[in-house]
Amino acid sequence: MTVMETVKPSRRAFLAGTGGLVIGVILPMKTKAQSGAEAVLGAEGAAAQYAPNAFVRISPDNLVTVLIKHIEFGQGPFTGLATLVADEMDADWSQIRAEHAPADASLYGNALFGGIQGTGGSTAMAASFDIMRKAGAAAKAMLVAAAAEAWGVPAGEIKVSKGVLSHASGKSGSFGEFAEAAASQTAPENPVLKTPDKFIYIGKNVPKLDTGAKSTGAAQFTLDVYRDGMLTAVVAHPRKFGAKVASFDDKAAREVAGVVDVKKIGSGVAVYGKNTYAALKGRKALKVTWDEGAAEKRSSAAIAEERRRAVQQRGVVAGEKGAVDDAAFSGANVLEGEYLFPYLVHAPMEPLDAVVDRGADGGVEVWMGSQIPTMDLGTIAGVCGVDQSQVKIHTVLAGGSFGRRAQPQAQFAKEAAEVFMAAGGKTPVKLMWTREDDIHGGFYRPLMAHKMRGAINDAGEIVAWEHVLAGQSFLAGSPFEGMMQGGLDATMIEGASAIPYEIPNFNVSAHIINNPVTTLWWRSVGHTHTGYAVETFIDELLDMAGKDPVEGRLALMKDPKHARLANVLKRVNALAGGTAAPEGRSRGVAAVESFRSYVAQIAEVSMEGGFPRVHKVWCAIDCGIAVNPEVVKAQMEGGIGYGLSAVLFNELTLDEGGAVKQSNFHDYRSLRINEMPEVEVEIIASNEPPTGVGEPGTPPIGPAVANAVRRLTGAAPRTLPMIKSLSV
Amino acid sequence: MSISFNVNDEQRTVDVDPDTPLLWVLRDEMKLTGTKFGCGVAQCGACTVYVNGMPRRSCVTPVASLEGATVTTIEGLQGAEAEAVREAWAEFDTPQCGYCQSGQIMTATALLSRNTKPTDEDIDNALAGNICRCATYVRIRKAIKAAGAKLEG
Repeated sequence: MTVMETVKPSRRAFLAGTGGLVIGVILPMKTKAQSGAEAVLGAEGAAAQYAPNAFVRISPDNLVTVLIKHIEFGQGPFTGLATLVADEMDADWSQIRAEHAPADASLYGNALFGGIQGTGGSTAMAASFDIMRKAGAAAKAMLVAAAAEAWGVPAGEIKVSKGVLSHASGKSGSFGEFAEAAASQTAPENPVLKTPDKFIYIGKNVPKLDTGAKSTGAAQFTLDVYRDGMLTAVVAHPRKFGAKVASFDDKAAREVAGVVDVKKIGSGVAVYGKNTYAALKGRKALKVTWDEGAAEKRSSAAIAEERRRAVQQRGVVAGEKGAVDDAAFSGANVLEGEYLFPYLVHAPMEPLDAVVDRGADGGVEVWMGSQIPTMDLGTIAGVCGVDQSQVKIHTVLAGGSFGRRAQPQAQFAKEAAEVFMAAGGKTPVKLMWTREDDIHGGFYRPLMAHKMRGAINDAGEIVAWEHVLAGQSFLAGSPFEGMMQGGLDATMIEGASAIPYEIPNFNVSAHIINNPVTTLWWRSVGHTHTGYAVETFIDELLDMAGKDPVEGRLALMKDPKHARLANVLKRVNALAGGTAAPEGRSRGVAAVESFRSYVAQIAEVSMEGGFPRVHKVWCAIDCGIAVNPEVVKAQMEGGIGYGLSAVLFNELTLDEGGAVKQSNFHDYRSLRINEMPEVEVEIIASNEPPTGVGEPGTPPIGPAVANAVRRLTGAAPRTLPMIKSLSV
Repeated sequence: MSISFNVNDEQRTVDVDPDTPLLWVLRDEMKLTGTKFGCGVAQCGACTVYVNGMPRRSCVTPVASLEGATVTTIEGLQGAEAEAVREAWAEFDTPQCGYCQSGQIMTATALLSRNTKPTDEDIDNALAGNICRCATYVRIRKAIKAAGAKLEG
């Protein structure tokens, strides 16, 4: 089969060997580097450039393969982005396939990340909605043009439905039949897109593309990649953050059958085995002496105490209005609360892993669940001493991430490349982390302390709000440092610096206190703690003021820009039939806007043996157009389960010497099926552009449960996880 | 050490360190990669296979203990219950990342093999050993019930 194409030579290398036809589409895409939170999240501020994109592949066997520029780890981009293309093409859903796009920011950059290729911040759909539809529409236009030419009829007379091109004359043909001819047509630069009333798949529940392979064991994850002659490597890492290898004794490790090598790398000592078990056994036999001179040796309790002390004073102001001074809190109706949020591990089911091999051209080939391919690629090229053009990253399905695989400084990719090079740079090597490596491996949700004060006047109005936060910044010193402004880390204060409630005197400030424990974004990032603090504190204040939790919140959402949040709150209240609960149970409410989506939840809770049992959660979400409503619902269910696991059970602690105490799921307890509440989700009908769903389901669940617990017990759980604060 | 056992209806002989967990023999030696590594200490259930018809955590099962045994992995899972489970899994689009789903399906199929009308408590008891960090639990529960109903006819 001849491979034909219409596009520039630079893409030829990528297109060659795909075994089918590629329809190249020229689309405008912002590629100018941006910095600052506004620029990263905003659509404006960068000059548009024009870069070629290739998202659609049509093969002669009539399959349409959509190249997905975002990694699939359960949040649904394979199905979601393919739906956009299929809809505009008027393809038949059964002919649609999806695969990961290669690492190439010039083609697959994320406009909401300033053009670098990456997945995160619940941006995949928002950043793809127009691009992918244009790709689909252009592909369809080229197919139609090809058919028009072949049949000698005007293009305008050709109809397309379910993957079939037809003409009133009786002529018809499949996409596959016209794929080759279509490839020599000119791609329209600005194809006309459908109006929402014409959507055939968007907004409908097409079956997910990856369910089948994920039910038979056929789905391939990085751990499933095996190369001829491949070694498996595990790395002995320090148990204390900031420690380094002082010396090591590998005699016993090398004596383990199947161990082929032991090498020191930047992050520790790598043990190479002919198989996984040999590598694991070898690592156990390895003796490493660590230089802990620069290590964090304090306990997490001491770190928490430092932050708790910091929040007694204001930090850098993140939001203010009116006057908030001590006098504002001198009256009778004052509420004060200190919150403590622990370090949290992402703990995706598949621990980090990567396979690195030498390519036939002398370059490097990598298989990994790459969440920021641009960073991973550049880092690997540097470590391996090859040009970036010689690094080929195969993005593989990943067993979850929740933020873990998105490393601004590509530390894991670096380790994988170092492990490969240390073994000689010729033999393929799989680097595998165990669960213990994952739990000990850092990049945690930062440990945060908050202090809040609120005052209510005699009329029952909340008149003052003060909120001080302290914790680590993972943006400081990273390539994303541009998101920091005026000494503030946007990812720390999001959800706190501005709240939906109109309070005349308002002051929010933050302290950045860094230490060697590495931290990272964790599903819903700052909202994991700010959503909890704000939504529990407002609930208590409303209660003190004698206000209903739903009506009280709505009355304070005065600004029209909070109308969508107010709406989801009203809808969830209607869905749940109000906040009254049966005897022995209580219902708690929370509403959080995050990642430009709006989610409100009501949790029905009882106390069993002094600990909350969450029976049911009602959830309303407004995410603009819900491209696949079942995927949206599944993300709400998952976000609720993930958030619930954390607020009930999870904390990562350091002992007195600074070593991580937890090591696996027996002491870093994950929510199990018997602890999962029933979930009912309502999606608000909308024609607004789609926004994120991967993260926004998580922030409200903690405060919704906490608010119910407070009503049942009289005490607000302000130290997380609840198993620590409630089960004493 | 040479160990012979049956895997998915095929007699296999491997020569490996006898302590090697079955999980790594399945994966590294036989390239049966549907069985996943999640914790290595029988806490998460991602590595669930059947040994002589009963669910077993392959990550803590030394291969030396399997001489003459019959092992079934997700790749070899078949029969009415498995078919009903997979259909129901598709009906509810249950998997998210999918990494734990082999283990979930192995456990769910085993449950339905002995009880086609599982209550919520039955499901909790059977599946509580299988962690899903994506929390697909709501759909797992619905799918198991739907599969059971299908088996009941």
